[in-house]
Formats: sequence, structure tokens, C-alpha cells
Amino acid sequence: MAELRTETMTVNMGPQHPSTHGVLRLVLELDGETIKSCMPTIGYLHTGIEKTAEQKKWQQVVPLVERMDYLAAQSNSLAYVLSVETLLGLEMPQRVKDIRVLLAELQRIASHLVWIGTHAMEIGAVSMLFYAIRERELLLNINELVAGFRFFPSYFRVGGLREDLPRGFHDAVTAFLDRFPAKIDEFEGLLTKNDMFTHRTQGVGVITLDEALAWGLVGPIARGSGSDYDVRKYFPYTGYETYDFKVPTATEGDVFARYRVRVEEMRQSVLISRQALERVTPSGAWACDDPRVVPPPKDKVYTEMEALIQHFLIYSQGFTVPVGDAYVPVEGPRGEHGCYVVSDGTNRPWRVKMRAPSFMAIQALPKVIQNGMIADVIAVIGSTDVVMGDCDR
Amino acid sequence: MDASSILDTLKTAVPGASYEAGASVDFATIYVPAASLVETCRALRDTPSLRFNVLIEVTAADYLPREPRFEVVYHVLSIPNRLRLRVKVRVASNEVDGVLPTVQSIWPAAGWPEREVWDMFGIIFAGHGDLRRLLMPEDWEGHPARKDYPVQIRKAAQTYEPLEVTEDEFKANIERDRLKRAH
Repeated sequence: MAELRTETMTVNMGPQHPSTHGVLRLVLELDGETIKSCMPTIGYLHTGIEKTAEQKKWQQVVPLVERMDYLAAQSNSLAYVLSVETLLGLEMPQRVKDIRVLLAELQRIASHLVWIGTHAMEIGAVSMLFYAIRERELLLNINELVAGFRFFPSYFRVGGLREDLPRGFHDAVTAFLDRFPAKIDEFEGLLTKNDMFTHRTQGVGVITLDEALAWGLVGPIARGSGSDYDVRKYFPYTGYETYDFKVPTATEGDVFARYRVRVEEMRQSVLISRQALERVTPSGAWACDDPRVVPPPKDKVYTEMEALIQHFLIYSQGFTVPVGDAYVPVEGPRGEHGCYVVSDGTNRPWRVKMRAPSFMAIQALPKVIQNGMIADVIAVIGSTDVVMGDCDR
Repeated sequence: MDASSILDTLKTAVPGASYEAGASVDFATIYVPAASLVETCRALRDTPSLRFNVLIEVTAADYLPREPRFEVVYHVLSIPNRLRLRVKVRVASNEVDGVLPTVQSIWPAAGWPEREVWDMFGIIFAGHGDLRRLLMPEDWEGHPARKDYPVQIRKAAQTYEPLEVTEDEFKANIERDRLKRAH
């Protein structure tokens, strides 16, 4: 028999592949079904948001940064808002901090729900998507109630919140928090002991702790490999030090470990949300009282000349921010989100740069999937939970 | 740990380098000359009292018309010591000074962020090895995050004519590739 002539084959996975979460393109070099090399190509979703932000006034940047990581909008805007407030030296009232914590945790749950739905769907458990998206719908309804916008609420503003909480907010959140823990049990019942799911995920896409830290994968990925680093515990912001919660970790570093970490994170987010909801009164302070940044109340605008002038100045020229730079990290659903802002003392930012966890995760992807099977690529991408809007910005 | 105590530790680890503490409102900021960047980063990672084991990001800011024009910013994190540090390097706009050494040998995570800084600002990282366009298309001209780059421009979409080959050419191509691989 003649000798078999073998050669490696180059396959383009994406940018339109359904499992690449948007427009990620992987150029895979395959030897049979084994991956010899992988070259990710990104940039298909690059929209120049950071450049655009330099043309906008400080407050106008909030809706822009929310469109970066479109599954965790309020995690982006929280990072941006905290950085600008650090430059301005603003201190928020306790109620604003608690509302921010509450909404950020609900955002984390919403993002993890999309992750668990799509991740499980991609490796075969199609029905998971419907269960997860059904719960997420309730969270989007809460967003709509709060801000009139489901995906990008732009509710966090520099200097506080856009307005006070609407009537019915507590009931809506309580209804969700009462219902959701049983749903997490349901998800786990469908997946955690599911033979097919565990076979596809255990021992697949292993990242050691050293690798994860060297590649900057701080967040759920590093916690799946044994790190306990969580920005909320290590560098508490907006009052997280006063909340009682645990940081879930796992040590195996495989796809299944990252799954367990994220599922447990959802449970912890429910705990934090409950504590936050207890502290938040239905009405009260929703912004700081700094007249540079926060417009005066409407009744004063209609009756006092100074208030009218202040209102006009804030809405026409915006506010100026002292010269300097700041970076405040927050724990986003995908890892450390942070916004590096530079001010030159005018009413527009000089530079806005978002630290994107997905960017780092895709950079490390070739390392993780090297010598793996092509079918595992799908599982690994799902477990790193990349969002291309976050990566390409 | 503030900037001055970090600098004291660094000065013993990297003798001869001229550091400078920077003003900041959040956490310590130091200025490092480009020539001693790699040794400084190695000291930052390996000195037991610092141990900055995670590179959070690399970015840059363009301070046109100031000279030196750019500042490249490295945010590093020490998980064991719960520390954050901002390392800044001043980079001039002319070709000779506009070159920084890559820190990939210290933190592998620097690969893509440095590529992005080159893509957006045109700052060259010597020894990088893969300094291609990352976010912009391969054939893009200019570095869009620079302050003198126009904000609103229209560019014609790049189009390509389909390659037409005859059947004989097609077969010849395949045969040629086959011979090439055989050798």
C-alpha cells in the first residue's frame, strides 16, 4: 500500500461562526482533529469608542462606554464613573453606593445568564439557552423600569445616578431574588451532573494559576485555577467592604472549574443583592450634592436665577475635571474592568481607555487550546466568556 | 506603599536608573526611563517586597503638542502584596526616541496590549516580533488614537476583484503546491 500523504489543514473558524460570540476569527492549523496552532484575528467590532469619547463631554461618555461590553453595560459605566469621580474627588452618599452595588450585581447575574445559556448551548445542551434567557428577561425588565432602557441603561452618572428609583423597584427586585436561587438549582440540575456536559468540560482547556496570572486573566478564569483575587475583596470600591459574601474558587483550571466558579458567583450575587436591597430606601439621595456636577433640583431651577444658570451651564458646557489621570478597577462579570481616564482640565476627556478582560482572554486562547481537539475550542471559548464588543471596543 | 518607598526599593534593585515619582490621586505612579524599563519591570516582578505578578494593561496617551509627546502607561498589580502601581515611560515623537523595549519577557500578557499601542499610537516596541495591526484593518494607514489624526474622515471601502483562473491554471497551481510541500 502506498504511503499516506498527510499535511496540516488551515481552517478559518469565524468571523461568522455561531459559537465565537460575535465576530472572533480563529485561523486554526489542524492535524486531523488536533490543533497545531491558532491565530486569533480581532478588530471586526472595533468602533473607535475611545477616540469618540475624546470628542464628548464627560457625562456624554457614559452611554458610549456602556456599548463596549454590551452584556455588562453597567460594569463598564461603573468603572468609568468611579474613575472620573476619583479625579473630581467626589464622595457619594451611602444610598447611591448601595444602589450601584445592587445594579452591578444584577448586571453580573444577567451577564452570567447569557454565558451559561450560550456556553451550554454550544456544547449541546440547547434547552439551557431558553431557561437562562427567560430569567435574564426579568433583569432586563428591571433595567427598563429603572432607566427606560433594557440593554444600556446609562443610569450611573458622574456624581451619582440619573434620577431616583422608580416606584415598584423593590417589588420587582424582590420578586426576582425570591425566584432566582431555585432557578440556579434548576440550571445545576441540568448541567452539573450531566454526563455529557461533564465529559465535554472536565480536563478540557486547562490553565494553570501561573499561566493565568502571567497572561493577565484576573477574574473568573484565574479563580477557576485557584486564585482568590477578586477586586471587590482586594481593592473594595463603592462600599463592597461592608457586604458579606464569599469569593468562589476552584483549583482544576479546566472548563468545568470555570463553570462552577461562575454558577457560585451567581449565588453570591444574589446574597449581595439582598443585602443591598435591604439598605436601599425607596426614595432618598440619588446624587452627591456637588453643584459643579449635579444639576440643581427642578423646583429651584424654576424659581431661582442662580439655579437656572447652573442648570444651563451643566447642560450646555458640562463640567471640568482637574488635570490628572485615574484608574479605578471594578470586578466585572468577565474579570477586572477598569477605566483609565486622563483629564487636561477641560470639559472633555483627554483620553479614555477601558481595560478589557475579553481582550486578554482571547490573547491567551492559542496557549490554552494548543494540542487540543477542535471540538474543545468551542467549549474553551464558551468558558472564557469573551464578548467581542469588550475586546475590540 | 507609596511611590517613594517603591522607588527606594527599586533604586537598590536597579542601580543607576533615574526614577521620578509622579503625581496621582489613586495609587502610586512612577516615571521610568525607557533605557532601564526591562530591568525595572523585572525588579518589580521579582523583588519580594513588591512582586507585581500581573500586568493589568499597557496603554498610552498622546500629549500633543508637549514634547516628549507620548506617555506609555503600564498598570501592574501585586496580588500577594495587594498593591497597584502605574509605571509611566515618556516617549518622544521622533523615530529614534519613539522606541520602547518590549516587556513580554517579564509578563507575556504584554503582547497584544503593546500591539494595540503600536496600532493606535505608532509607538514601536523593539523586540516585539509581532507588531502587526490588531484592531485596525491590515492595510490601514496612520495611527488613529493620535491627537493629530482627523476625527471625521471617509475612506472608500476596500474591494478586491475576484481572482479568475482557467481550469488548466487551477490544476497547475495545485500541482505546484503539492511539489512545494513534497520538498
